[in-house]
Amino acid sequence: MQYTILILVLPLLSFIFLGLMDSKFKPKTAGLIGTIVLGIITALSYYTAFEYFTMYKVEGVYQKVIPFEMEWLRFTDLLSIKLGILIDAISVMMLVVISTVSFMVNLYSLSYMDGEKGFQRYYAFLSLFTFSMLGLVVATNIFQMYIFWELVGVSSFLLIGFYYSKPSAVAAAKKAFIVTRFADMFFLIGILVLSFYTKTFDFGVLTGENPIVFAAGAGATFMGFSVLSWAMALIFIGGAGKSAMFPLQIWLPDAMEGPTPVSALIHAATMVVAGVFLVARLFPVYYFQTPEVLHGIAYVGAFTALFAAVIACVQTDIKRVLAFSTISQIAFMMVALGVSGYEGHEGTGYMASMFHLFTHAMFKALLFLGAGSVIHAVHSNEMKDMGGLRKYMPITNWTFLIACLAIAGIPPFSGFFSKDEILAASFEFSPLIGWLMTFIAALTAFYMFRLYYNIFWGKDYAVKAAAHGHGHDDHGHGHTPHESPFAMAFPLVFLAAVTCVAGFIPFGEFVSATGADYHIHIDMKVAITSVVVALISISVATIMYRKPSTTPDKLAASFSGLFKAASNRFYIDEVYLFITRKIVFNSISRPIAWFDRHVIDATMDGFANTTQWVSIRIKSFQSGQIQQYAYVFLFGTLLIAALILIF
Amino acid sequence: MDYSSFLQMREEFSLLGVMIFLLIFDIFATENARKYFQPLALVLFAAHTLLNIIPRDAFEVAGGMFQYVPMQTYIKSVLNVGTFLVLLQAHKYLNDFDKGIKKGEFYFLILSTLLGMYLMISSGNFLLFFIGLETASIPMAALVAFDKNNRRAAEAGAKYMFSAVFASSISLFGISLIYGSCGTVYFSDLALIMTNANPLQIMAFVFFVVGLFFKISLVPFHLWTPDVYEGAQTNVTSYLSVISKGSAVFVLFTLLVKVFGNLVEQWQPILWVVTVVSITVANVFAVRQKNLKRFLAFSSISQAGYILLAIISGTALGMTSLVYYVLVYVFSNLAAFGVLSVIEQQSGKVQLDDYNGLYQTNPRLSFVMMLALFSLAGIPPFAGFFSKFFVFSAAIDQGFYVLVFIALLNTIISLYYYLLVIKAMFLTKSENPIELVASDGAMKLSLVICTLGIMVIGLFSAIYNQIAVFGFGI
Repeated sequence: MQYTILILVLPLLSFIFLGLMDSKFKPKTAGLIGTIVLGIITALSYYTAFEYFTMYKVEGVYQKVIPFEMEWLRFTDLLSIKLGILIDAISVMMLVVISTVSFMVNLYSLSYMDGEKGFQRYYAFLSLFTFSMLGLVVATNIFQMYIFWELVGVSSFLLIGFYYSKPSAVAAAKKAFIVTRFADMFFLIGILVLSFYTKTFDFGVLTGENPIVFAAGAGATFMGFSVLSWAMALIFIGGAGKSAMFPLQIWLPDAMEGPTPVSALIHAATMVVAGVFLVARLFPVYYFQTPEVLHGIAYVGAFTALFAAVIACVQTDIKRVLAFSTISQIAFMMVALGVSGYEGHEGTGYMASMFHLFTHAMFKALLFLGAGSVIHAVHSNEMKDMGGLRKYMPITNWTFLIACLAIAGIPPFSGFFSKDEILAASFEFSPLIGWLMTFIAALTAFYMFRLYYNIFWGKDYAVKAAAHGHGHDDHGHGHTPHESPFAMAFPLVFLAAVTCVAGFIPFGEFVSATGADYHIHIDMKVAITSVVVALISISVATIMYRKPSTTPDKLAASFSGLFKAASNRFYIDEVYLFITRKIVFNSISRPIAWFDRHVIDATMDGFANTTQWVSIRIKSFQSGQIQQYAYVFLFGTLLIAALILIF
Repeated sequence: MDYSSFLQMREEFSLLGVMIFLLIFDIFATENARKYFQPLALVLFAAHTLLNIIPRDAFEVAGGMFQYVPMQTYIKSVLNVGTFLVLLQAHKYLNDFDKGIKKGEFYFLILSTLLGMYLMISSGNFLLFFIGLETASIPMAALVAFDKNNRRAAEAGAKYMFSAVFASSISLFGISLIYGSCGTVYFSDLALIMTNANPLQIMAFVFFVVGLFFKISLVPFHLWTPDVYEGAQTNVTSYLSVISKGSAVFVLFTLLVKVFGNLVEQWQPILWVVTVVSITVANVFAVRQKNLKRFLAFSSISQAGYILLAIISGTALGMTSLVYYVLVYVFSNLAAFGVLSVIEQQSGKVQLDDYNGLYQTNPRLSFVMMLALFSLAGIPPFAGFFSKFFVFSAAIDQGFYVLVFIALLNTIISLYYYLLVIKAMFLTKSENPIELVASDGAMKLSLVICTLGIMVIGLFSAIYNQIAVFGFGI
């Protein structure tokens, strides 16, 4: 499988080429280059998946394969950093997800971003992102993963801030970078602690059969927990930053300032699940060595899922609804990992998490691209500017509906199957978590259909537009929303098709914690409960939002406290601002700045002033008279001789 | 006596061959053929450099008068490369020079001094050493006064001559005391005799060694440096500051370890004081210089102080870091002098204020100058950082913590004045900056080599490792 190296090399080359050849050719050409390269990578990824799942099964267990590995930095015999490619079930699955969504987004952007300033830069960044993300999932060791992890962070920063002349985009890019970087600091500390005690970065050793490497870390304790637990918890904080878990979720809604296809790629399908992937990658360590941390992950996930779902119910910007929905769904995956066992039926959670990751990536990318299509048509992100669009945009309408049904968990769409497994695993872990997750699933169905009806049903767009004073009959078709062109419609249809059939993939055959087969069997009790609950939620949403009505406003008024708090995202951003501005800036940053200015700089000034002062005083030594030079010379010689002889 | 052993002095003979050929060519060639004098000379010299770049086994000639060890090949190669760069930089100057002086003279004088340095480096006897020293000094005075119709050059030549003679005489006095007290001038015998340092021998040592301090221009034996550097033609100045100095520091190290190894208790404090004084005084003076040639003169004095850090350790690590430092210094200083000389030739401007806004008109030259100054100041990732790092570690290794600390403090001051030049070039706006100057191919080549050297030498550990192989072969 040596060819897998191409999967990494091609997007890197594409990035370098597009980045260096700025404005050497037409924007369209640049976009085509990026898209074609992505197409090749997608084909390679599919072939890798095909080859891996057909050929690398030994005695019913999928083997880990390392087709390529090299030593990059060698500090000592123990401490060396390698770069390589690790192929196993989850990395192959991630390859497929990333390349598919990335390809679709590249294709979609050809039309969506057409005519934007910096079109080529956009494609260069997309290639960089794809390279980084692919490198992250195939990392053979945790340090390589960290390197690509940071690269992913940088490319996300660049893409969120793509419209760099817009202050809100710049602020969002900075926020995303700083928050995730803050989390990555813990990640790095965790990596260092873990590797200090285990003497390895290698995933193969860490997740292998040999628990001896953990002996030192498990033995040492710090503040009541073993050092190993601390390390794994710190590593999870890194994952929580990228995956926007509470309380580090604040960057993701703002990241919607980036172009919509970017949101689909990075902030829905790929980068944000990096944290889930990280936990899955280290799952054996969490499960066997630090189960308490794993349970902590489950509770953090459950809380985040609820928290984000509640906020999603009241947001009015359609991309922000999707952003909070993403946070909630990723939290579902975290919960599934947190509650999972290891082998056989116990390991449902692990399998379900990966399954949901897969299906969610497809239908959430679809939702974002659909939202992009809508935004493209009406030039606004706000629900109040939309309504009744189903008549104008049939393809978008239908594909969006399919995605909504999938995320709501209605059979036979893919989301039903994966979510059902997560719920089953949760009930197995504890009924409380199980019912909580079911409730959140109901909320999900509600807010998704609120979104759907507000966009495609409700008051007609034309009527709203007329009310705003620019009806479409004034200036012709300029204001009439219309269906998107083929390059945008095709990805929608493709992803919708995937969403329809993905649920029937026997996912357990391919991905499980141990690598052995696992047969999915739908737990009818859970399935029926969740479908019924989802249908009730959808009905409520239908009643409230299908036709224009006053019910939502009345509800909002009667729960005004909750409504206001949720609209303001429970004031978490304000808490952060308070902590950073008032506490960190005043008590830490300002004193440091003062020290820098008055002590460090002043020392330097002192040097400069002393030098100048002395310099003026001793000027006369350099007189230009050679007699004096000879005197000094002789005097120096004698002085040295005298000093040596006396002392 | 077996004369065949003389044939082993390959480096000296090959250089002598080049010199004699060029001399004859210059005298007898037709006017037409003489046009090719410079390219021919450069090619011959490059060939000489390449032929002698591989170290050989150690040997002795004439009963220990001439002693070769493999390390000498490296230092000679460094000097060869430096000389080659200087010759490249002088190419245009010599072509334009039309005051009745032949180009051949410049080459012959430069190569004579180089031959003198070779002899100094490889000598095993104070007599040969002194002959080498004088061979390196006297043609140098002629070079300094090369532009003899220029008053300043003539003055500089005279100053150099007088100072050099003065230094040589003191040095020779020291040698005579050595002979008087020990009865021999062979290095290998002296090392055995000078075991219990008696006052006469210490006097002899001090008198002898200040002659070398003069060549290296250490404080307080440096006073001639700025005047001579300023007066001499710029390419001669760069030769003086890089090649002449490089050979002297190598010889100083060799002699201190090989001959005066038993006086280590005495010479370490001397070097300690001289190092501190040199670096500090030179830095303090450099801050106020308005003329860039004088500025670089003081900068080179302070650089010499840093080289002493390697010498004071007296270890193999010190030897390696010394050769490495000189190598890096060759590229950095010649890059700076190259820019200086090309601008001086075209516009006649050497004042710091003239360089205001140079970046607007000459971005590439400014860039090279910036790299050179960064390297001299020791800013990573340029080669100068690594060379400073190695000399510091050589000194730290032998426990000279205070010395290294003082040297480190001084790098801050040096950074300040190097940045003054960079600030003038890049930040200060000027009404009438120096016009775009065109450099010829040879100058361009030399600047490219220097730039590559500055950027690459530090990052390729192989170079340092290769030098370290013969670290203590002296």
